[in-house]
Amino acid sequence: MTEAAPPPPVTLKGMLHGARLITPLIPGSLVFAAAFGTTAAQKGLSVLETMLMSAFMYAGSAQLVALELWRTDVWTGAAILAIATVVFTVNARMILQGASLQPWIYPLPNRVLWPSLALLTDANWLIGTRYHADGGRDAGVLIGAGAALWVVWFAGTLPGRLVGGLVDHPERFGIDLVMPIVFTAMVVPLWKGRQDTICWSVAALAALATASIAPGYMFVVAGGLAGSLTGALLGVLDDRRRRPHG
Amino acid sequence: MGEGAYLGFSAGSLAAILAMALASYLCRVLGVILMAHVPLTTPVRRGLAALPGSIIVAIIAPLVVRGGPAALAALGAALVSMLIRRNELLALAVGLTVVTILRALGV
Repeated sequence: MTEAAPPPPVTLKGMLHGARLITPLIPGSLVFAAAFGTTAAQKGLSVLETMLMSAFMYAGSAQLVALELWRTDVWTGAAILAIATVVFTVNARMILQGASLQPWIYPLPNRVLWPSLALLTDANWLIGTRYHADGGRDAGVLIGAGAALWVVWFAGTLPGRLVGGLVDHPERFGIDLVMPIVFTAMVVPLWKGRQDTICWSVAALAALATASIAPGYMFVVAGGLAGSLTGALLGVLDDRRRRPHG
Repeated sequence: MGEGAYLGFSAGSLAAILAMALASYLCRVLGVILMAHVPLTTPVRRGLAALPGSIIVAIIAPLVVRGGPAALAALGAALVSMLIRRNELLALAVGLTVVTILRALGV
């Protein structure tokens, strides 16, 4: 084992900061949640089932995809396994996101770490990553952002499920582009030099190649892995150069 | 709506929701657990350093290619805004303004 790092602080101030950082993403999340609720009504889910999904899955794209496989008649073991497997593949990108957070949050005490991870989503990962890249250590930022968005997600699902068709053509205002725009903006502060240019180019190419041959969301995993492996390879080369006889 | 529309559920539907929640939680913890068992050598460190940007680029690359001119212009405008003033909120506002105008014009 490596030396134990001191656990990062978790403060209320950090949580509030995280909740504040997430505010630009609230309108988009509300609309997305309402859209999920509306679709759930069309697919025949009860209000209870819809709200349980939002509360315990808390994963927008995976929930929408799951509705395509939803059954209103009989659930066989095979059908349950199938829907859970699809959810796993849609959410597989979070495995990589968790890996990237590990050096920062793993020293947290177990009773904080494992419940906090239930709140991991694209949005608070993005905010936490930016905060940490700027030198921040307070894990409360990650937790606060995740918790605030969970409330928004849960609250936004209900009117969508009850009323349905609440938001007609949200794409008119670019709501569908909120997350992509924030992701794009985030690339700028994360760029640290030529190595990132190389890794990210590989990631983009791998993602595009995968998207053209594989259905679903595997392109995110393929791109992320390819970029990361490229970074590791550059690390190996650097090691060799520094120790030519090692 | 009948009663079932509100509180209706079956053992099967509850099991499906539970299974999906478990699958999601597994994805959330798996990366953290895996990395806890990988020693942080230089290559691993460099791979981890490249990971966040790679994930982000991988998410947006297919969108840039397939998204159409309005989406492309919005992402481009957000990027330029971010390069000039490092403010995500401003970049978001700029991107959304661009896409709203372009879509209103039928682009």
